[in-house]
Amino acid sequence: MSLTESLPRVQKLRLPRADGLIPWIVPLAIILIWQAASVTGFVPARVLPAPSDVAVAGWKLLLSGELARNIWVSFWRASVGFLIGGSIGFSFGLANGLSQLSAKLTDTTLQMVRNIPHLALIPLVILWFGIDESAKLFLVALGVFFPIYLNTLHGIRTVDPQLIEMGRIYGMTDGELFRRVIFPGALPSIFVGLRFALGIMWLTLIVAETIAASSGLGYMAMQAREFMLIDVVVLSILIYALLGKLADSASRALERLTLSWHPAFQKH
Amino acid sequence: MQETLRIRTADAEVVERPDFVEKARRTWRSPELSRGLSLTIRSLRKSFGDNEVLRGIDLHIPAGQFVAIVGQSGCGKSTLLRLIAGLEAATAGTISFGEEVRAADIRVMFQEPRLLPWARVLGNVEVGLGRERNSPDAQARAAKALDEVGLGDKRGQWPATLSGGQKQRVALARALVSHPRVLALDEPLGALDALTRISMQQLLEQVWRDQSFTAILVTHDVAEAVALADRVLVIDDGQIAHDVDIAIPRPRRRGSADLAALEGSILRHLLKSSDDPPV
Repeated sequence: MSLTESLPRVQKLRLPRADGLIPWIVPLAIILIWQAASVTGFVPARVLPAPSDVAVAGWKLLLSGELARNIWVSFWRASVGFLIGGSIGFSFGLANGLSQLSAKLTDTTLQMVRNIPHLALIPLVILWFGIDESAKLFLVALGVFFPIYLNTLHGIRTVDPQLIEMGRIYGMTDGELFRRVIFPGALPSIFVGLRFALGIMWLTLIVAETIAASSGLGYMAMQAREFMLIDVVVLSILIYALLGKLADSASRALERLTLSWHPAFQKH
Repeated sequence: MQETLRIRTADAEVVERPDFVEKARRTWRSPELSRGLSLTIRSLRKSFGDNEVLRGIDLHIPAGQFVAIVGQSGCGKSTLLRLIAGLEAATAGTISFGEEVRAADIRVMFQEPRLLPWARVLGNVEVGLGRERNSPDAQARAAKALDEVGLGDKRGQWPATLSGGQKQRVALARALVSHPRVLALDEPLGALDALTRISMQQLLEQVWRDQSFTAILVTHDVAEAVALADRVLVIDDGQIAHDVDIAIPRPRRRGSADLAALEGSILRHLLKSSDDPPV
């Protein structure tokens, strides 16, 4: 009796630990297969260096301080550009979601600008800013602006009108209504925008750094290509993958923290 | 405006009282034990564009009465309730209450619980305190209201974890926490299963007796109307077609012969009005 009762409980306790490892099985397997293919000579080193060689290259760059400096420069550009573009997009999303006048005034213009691929502006941006920091920040900010803007606007527009009516009946002021009903209601959609924006942030930054920069991860990769240092090129690409994953995990953690009320985030 | 004032004095001093007010007061058996508000509606009309939904309603509800409003879909019963609750403005006519009304005196319960999914159960009930939700005893009052609907142990839960009936109980606690004097109910049990409905009906009757507010219940379930109300209004085509006094003493026994007879006669009224549509 007691044994059969305790069995399922034991299984439940074990599951979460295994859950944390499962997502890493596939990347780990890829690296192992890759290493095996390189060691056996199935993939020549000048096409794709072995993971061990990439690790050695990474270690050398780490010791020289070059790696940390380039990561830091890219990280700084990414986050500052993101903050600028994100906060402008968020403000426009709020304004246009809450005010008909503001939406009428600016939404059409924003929708027109949105349909220009922001990377098409690179030649213009180089003419304007040279290969200065501001060029990269401008492009990243422009890239993250739209997903944040669109999803904030959508989130606010789709808040349940019945809840808003309820809030008004119970005497909430405009400020309270925003804080307690509209903003929390829009939050899931804002997070969707945030995660889109993070992807676009890295994409824009790497392209901008590859074309016009004298530091950063994109620059490091382009330099390595000039000198045929294929292990460094691969290293840069792997670092992009890791940084992208890191940004995504951070936004997910934030999501779990703020959306703990949401059925999708409740564990039982 | 003038009209509103006249009715208010009329209520207090018993002068210039229209017939329908006189009749409603005469038939009301227990006016003395109520802290609810009385309300008087005169020549009330409401149109949405060209569509006239309410075509002249005259109605007096004595303080503390439990009134049920039944009618076909689209007859205007929900509109009438929304006008009483102040959620919409009338096209013409007046609604006046027997005394001065504070915002927290009139509360509404809808078919949907309308809970904030991102606030815990207790937080949702606190919303019902209106302006007083920041007072130091807000939590204690909300907790007490939750206890009254039998959900004291759920105060820390998210609404998403509750069943439909439990959510509606939380909505009831939220409506009652400010001790309203009028409770307007817009098919609050419409989406619940049969057993949950019955227990919610009993809960409603119990809190109405405990707190003695004026209750106005819109429903399309005639059995529910007859079981709960002192008086059933049948609305047809934007007007009060029948005003039925339910003179059956409480506690009422569900399924008893006298309830069934009344239910049958009200149903016949309802069906008749749908058979020959007005020209």
